Amino acid sequence: MRITLKVWRQSGPAKAGTLVEYAADNVSADMSFLEMLDLVNEGLIARGEDPIAFDSDCREGICGACGFLIDGLPHGPVRGSTVCQLHMRSFSDGDTLVLEPWRAKAFPLVKDLVVDRSAFDRIIQAGGYTSINVGGARDANSILIGKDTVEQAMDSAACIACGACVAACKNASAALFTAAKITHLSLLPQGQVERYTRVVRMVDRHDDEGFGSCSNEGECEAVCPKEIPITNIARMNREYLKATLMRGR
Amino acid sequence: MTLDSRTPGGPLPGKWDRHRFESKLVNPANRRKFTVIIVGTGLAGASAASSLGELGYNVKSFCIHDSPRRAHSIAAQGGINAAKNYQNDGDSIQRLFHDTVKGGDYRSREANVYRLAQLSVNIIDQCVAQGVPFAREYGGLLDNRSFGGAQVSRTFYARGQTGQQLLLGAYQSMMRQVEKRSVSLFANREMLDLVVVSGQARGIICRNLITGEIERHAGHAVLLCTGGYGTAYYLSTNAVNSNVTAAWRAHKRGAFFANPCYTQIHPTCIPVSGTHQSKLTLMSESLRNDGRVWVPKKNGDKRPPQQIPEEDRDYYLERRYPSFGNLVPRDVASRNAKVVCDEGRGVGESGLAVYLDFGDAIKRLGEDVIRTRYGNLFDMYRKITDEDPYRSPMRIYPAIHYTMGGLWVDYNLMSTIAGLHVLGEANFSDHGANRLGASALMQGLADGYFVIPYTLANYLGGTAFPVVTTDHDAFRDASDTVQGRIDKLLNARGKETPRQLHRRLGQLLWDYVGMARNDAGLGKALAEISKLRDEFWQNVSVPGPANNLNKNLEYAGRVADYLEFAEVLTVDALHRTESCGGHFREESQTPDGEALRDDANFSYVAAWEFKGVTAKPELHKEPLDFEYVKPSQRSYK
Repeated sequence: MRITLKVWRQSGPAKAGTLVEYAADNVSADMSFLEMLDLVNEGLIARGEDPIAFDSDCREGICGACGFLIDGLPHGPVRGSTVCQLHMRSFSDGDTLVLEPWRAKAFPLVKDLVVDRSAFDRIIQAGGYTSINVGGARDANSILIGKDTVEQAMDSAACIACGACVAACKNASAALFTAAKITHLSLLPQGQVERYTRVVRMVDRHDDEGFGSCSNEGECEAVCPKEIPITNIARMNREYLKATLMRGR
Repeated sequence: MTLDSRTPGGPLPGKWDRHRFESKLVNPANRRKFTVIIVGTGLAGASAASSLGELGYNVKSFCIHDSPRRAHSIAAQGGINAAKNYQNDGDSIQRLFHDTVKGGDYRSREANVYRLAQLSVNIIDQCVAQGVPFAREYGGLLDNRSFGGAQVSRTFYARGQTGQQLLLGAYQSMMRQVEKRSVSLFANREMLDLVVVSGQARGIICRNLITGEIERHAGHAVLLCTGGYGTAYYLSTNAVNSNVTAAWRAHKRGAFFANPCYTQIHPTCIPVSGTHQSKLTLMSESLRNDGRVWVPKKNGDKRPPQQIPEEDRDYYLERRYPSFGNLVPRDVASRNAKVVCDEGRGVGESGLAVYLDFGDAIKRLGEDVIRTRYGNLFDMYRKITDEDPYRSPMRIYPAIHYTMGGLWVDYNLMSTIAGLHVLGEANFSDHGANRLGASALMQGLADGYFVIPYTLANYLGGTAFPVVTTDHDAFRDASDTVQGRIDKLLNARGKETPRQLHRRLGQLLWDYVGMARNDAGLGKALAEISKLRDEFWQNVSVPGPANNLNKNLEYAGRVADYLEFAEVLTVDALHRTESCGGHFREESQTPDGEALRDDANFSYVAAWEFKGVTAKPELHKEPLDFEYVKPSQRSYK
């Protein structure tokens, strides 16, 4: 099949960007979307032109490196999928697709479809852990955790920090990303000791990084490749409220 | 030079305790005066950064990704082994040790493996304390499953995302240290050279992948935690950015490369579907707990699998290995898949695939149970192939997955360069010629959380360090070498893309240094590799710019290194005329086609010294002594 691409090209954060049209010929339905882009880039490199920059690594939907907007949708039209797991069989011969980077103040553009998501690391750094040093852990089976509880925690822990939730949100909020980690740890006994300091520190850091607030649109849940539900955000808000009451803030 | 493994004396079970007691310590107040450079943030790198940061060292952590959480450990699916014996099924440290040495086909160092088995129990405790959501039983206790090469259930897991959860645990611990400023994080950096001053590893040269700047970083020790070299084969289950560059550049500075021919070909991957493919996807070995592997009995039977009745199916693993069945180790399962496909009984369009069938398990347990156990793997399979594995069997074929070989290290995880330590998949130490499933995560975390804090202190506490800053001549020289190589790539201005050249190298290695190797094929590969390397430098196309994000430039540099590395890989495979584990020489097999070792001549670690890109590397041998496990013909029948 033949696909026409309109790709956002911008050589650096301070440069002007524009949509540039490319033709992708001989696209096979079994190709992943990124393999189709590899093909386009192969043509550009052979002609001595600067290839389209995009992030990707594991190409099996778990590292969270890849992601951009396809016709305005983070990771494209298939639910519960990263763009590396999206295959060309989801498109038709002759389609024209517009590719743009995540757009959010807290994700400054690096080049073309690549943005800087280090704000996510700084949110985790603020409290997304249990403060346990190596050496002091007790026997693993001395902590009993119900099967349902651990399954629910795992649903939240499955977040891959790709940034789609931020890209989909009209407020560019990272509420779903932040809430997923808070939910994971607040459900488990290991996370109880720091439960209330954690939520306050992480939410405050989220705001400091320039992400917007959640206004319950639910766009994030719709595009999350791991299908993490918005109920995580409700839990985060509840945890935050409890924490502020308990800490007198 | 004689290779000294520095294995402590005394009885095996007490070696590690004794070594820890005899090791030097660094006073807490002095630790911050030592700068430790850690390259890579996978399980080994992130766990080392967090544990050394907690101890108070001044840690500088480098990764090629935009975030340390993206390292390829994240993609490990099935689980992590530990000798907890929570299932009361006969497991023990002794048994995990024994299984691992046997699984590695008696080509690993006993003392290292024993230590690994001992530490395995601490890893699970540590990870659970971090909040890793391991699968649980209804009563709240930890659940286990079985993996290949073992008859006990000792594998802990978090759905099919165990690597992700363990890595996030280590990453979060490391980010806690970043917040405390004991770890400084350098993301988007690629290490391109090692700086050696007076025989000691004292720093690295790296490229800032966003700005293109060549940076110098000095320290008192360097820890390489940069993973394996599977991507030399182009198609593998590794991430597309995984590479051998850091290890290879260290090798060129004097670190010996050990057993590169020990490559693991994983039996259960989604088969190759076309030339457009950029990588192959693994389907976790855990699937072999419930899936049955089969091919049609008759050659060229093209009926759809559902229409092939039981009597026309050959469950060849169950038939040939009745005691281990579908859970034979990876090397055995892969080789058998190749054999049945070579006989013409392979399935699918290419004929290079076998079935992994869940029909019986779904009948026995119900679809819901199978979905709970493997749901995400089944979804992944469906996304890639557009087929539903709940209705028809998966098609699978072996693919390059893991590399047991790596930089040579002693018992302290130190390479042949003083101060250069190598952890995780990047070293060669614990898996011999074949790694058992769910042991990679165990090794990465054992090295980072529990081994390096002691052995690094021993090195730092017992070594005199001359003052070295980044103005030193050695830094300038290394930096110039790096810049020269980048300029050479940018100025080649040829017609072929790095990917085209990489794909050709990969095909060559897969054909001649893949699942079955022989003298003539390896000789041919050697000749072709050096031709391809010449062609690369004459005809590669790497458009600029150098002072900006340029992924094609990064990639070209890595391909150039694969083309050098491929030679030592092939030389090692050629010199080892025995078969063992993942290294199968057609000339050396038992009458029924199993790998036949030659202990009289090859019971040693082959460590290669770099002598120049076009010169043959020099072989050094570390003899392997087996005091506790008696090497025998490995049998899973």
